[in-house]
Amino acid sequence: MSKITGAHMIIKCLKQEGVGVIFGYPGGKVIPLYDALYDSDIFHILVRHEQAAAHAADAYARATGKTGVCIATSGPGGTNLVTGIANAYMDSVPIVAFTGQVSTVEIGTDAFQEADITGITAPITKHNYLVKDIKDLPSIIKEAFYIASTGRPGPVLIDVPVDISTGLIDEKAEGEIDLPGYKPTYKGNQKQIKQAAKKIYESKKPVIFSGGGVISSGASEILTSFAEKAKIPVITSLLGMGSFPEHSPLALNMAGMHGTRYANTAFTQSDLIIAVGARFDDRVTGKVSGFAPEAEVIHIDIDPAEIGKIIKTAIPVVGNAKDVLTDLNKRYFEMDNAKSIDRKKEWVAHLMELKEKFPLMYDKKSPNLKPAYIVEKIYEHTEGKAIICTEVGQNQMWAAQFYKFTQPRTFISSGGLGTMGFGLPAAIGAKAGRPDKTVIDIAGDGSIQMVSQELATAVSNRLPIKIMLLNNGYLGMVRQWQELFFKKRYSHTCIRECVDFVKLAEAYGGVGLRVTDKKDVDSAIKEALETDNVVLVDFWIESEENVYPMVAPGAPISEMLEWEY
Amino acid sequence: MNHIISVLVENKAGVLAKISGLFSRRGFNIDSLAVGTTEDKSISRITIVVQADQRGIEQVVKQLYKLINVLKIQELDPANIVERELVLIKVATDSKNRAEILEIVNIFRANIVDVAKKSLLIEITGTSTKVDALRELLDPYGILELTRTGKIASTRGSKKKI
Repeated sequence: MSKITGAHMIIKCLKQEGVGVIFGYPGGKVIPLYDALYDSDIFHILVRHEQAAAHAADAYARATGKTGVCIATSGPGGTNLVTGIANAYMDSVPIVAFTGQVSTVEIGTDAFQEADITGITAPITKHNYLVKDIKDLPSIIKEAFYIASTGRPGPVLIDVPVDISTGLIDEKAEGEIDLPGYKPTYKGNQKQIKQAAKKIYESKKPVIFSGGGVISSGASEILTSFAEKAKIPVITSLLGMGSFPEHSPLALNMAGMHGTRYANTAFTQSDLIIAVGARFDDRVTGKVSGFAPEAEVIHIDIDPAEIGKIIKTAIPVVGNAKDVLTDLNKRYFEMDNAKSIDRKKEWVAHLMELKEKFPLMYDKKSPNLKPAYIVEKIYEHTEGKAIICTEVGQNQMWAAQFYKFTQPRTFISSGGLGTMGFGLPAAIGAKAGRPDKTVIDIAGDGSIQMVSQELATAVSNRLPIKIMLLNNGYLGMVRQWQELFFKKRYSHTCIRECVDFVKLAEAYGGVGLRVTDKKDVDSAIKEALETDNVVLVDFWIESEENVYPMVAPGAPISEMLEWEY
Repeated sequence: MNHIISVLVENKAGVLAKISGLFSRRGFNIDSLAVGTTEDKSISRITIVVQADQRGIEQVVKQLYKLINVLKIQELDPANIVERELVLIKVATDSKNRAEILEIVNIFRANIVDVAKKSLLIEITGTSTKVDALRELLDPYGILELTRTGKIASTRGSKKKI
């Protein structure tokens, strides 16, 4: 019986799981693992900070549908992963994170670079493991990938003490999944689905609310065909963007705090919300008591805990979005679709009129450099085919509002956690997973400075991502709140003229371009897209431009601060 | 309102921390918690008493189910269970009042498990109401130490509880 080290067993198991790319950063307690990686053909991307490894693994998973993998050492390596793991947890993204740990005999002694990472990450992982016996290693890895990628996806962490990775194990040891307490429901209850179909059929003012679960379960196609055939308008959540093509007349785009007026009005006036893989985040509902007062809710979600958590549900259906929608689709079209469409005709016409009357707007005639204009231009130049990653804040909302997403897995953004510094490592992860795609990080000057060292990662791994920096010299979203709700007292939000971003890009071996005039936008984007290197375009946008429409925090979504039409 | 939740979990390291952590994270305060293995050594039962409204308890049960090591959860109906708690009470005595205390202990069918010069150690098993009543009566003598196991419960009848 020939034996291999635990570290080699980890690599072997990763290969079995089909892992091709890993994001990580070495350190004392993962040296054995990195030593095993040295002989492997797995592509390892060395980041410059562990947080970026977690974000990159997260975006890799979102872009490809596969499980992302990251590695960090014990202690600070693990704690640096925490933000990235929390981000993946909030947005239900499958990643498996490996951390090194001090040896089993040293655990609990405050050894050098020891941190209780399973304790720390318990609230932000779907599950986590501390490997105490090398014999468990293959099973733990198998279970981790299974848990991360099935049911409601999420991050799983495996903490590997160094004596486990240097210990020996039978080369042929195979893992087994033994999870008696974990049985996700995929197929929806047929009686509930039948009731739901009937309720949709009878409704006069229905609206579909499509969330991130539609994308992760691969239900975009069936959702789109259902909505188009039944002529039911579709609102997307931020993470649901791309689940329904935005050029469809039935697309009402995003609802909520910075959603469209027609989407928020549709929620407010509808008599039936068909929520699919969406969790009614407070950024969508606004003041909950004022949300959709006349609507009944059909809630389709794989996680029973999401049903009834925020909004009262008339018909709950626990199951995978794709399976449930397929069944619902079948049931629905057993009824007379023409009659149903007729019943909803007035409603749809009303929404189409609102859409016409209150489009997303900005001052198109202004000679100034408007962020919305830049995003529109990025859309034009990429023909809507790029993968767009964003940072968090105004840049994120402008990207969501003005880029028209038509395909799932093309909009990658930190929704639930709202993590500044997500976009650049996300673009790296997405590009590693989809080298065939143009990958763009629509960034802000605040967010990107949280992770700007990752320019080195992108350049040295030849991942030619494009960073479109909407530079306003402010922590823009906070400044906007200060302007609107704190009497323009701009406390610590002005960060102007500190960094020369062109030089920064060049310092890392990338290309930096600067645009200060509207007329140069086209040529700069074109040059960025045509250059086979990491390119950062530093757009000096109008500094106090606000994101509109906006629902004030705590207000119902029917009350919007608006662009003046 | 008080709810008694019985949770069957895999008997593995760290499971209790994950469960108790979930309660505090979701904003619930645990009144009592008792853990022990069941007839199957690989499975533990955790009996938790928690204050929550109906909606809150539903949410907490759903969240508990999401923990991978949780096998089954039951909210126990107080009308259909036998609940017990074991409590040790050390009460101060002297030769003058010892007889009085023994009288009280007898009425409650509690036991004296240790006698010392200046104290008695009393063991009582029963419902929380019974325990509280005894405690109230012993209070004037001076309770030196009180240890409760937390509530455990089982449903009536021959049907297996979970």
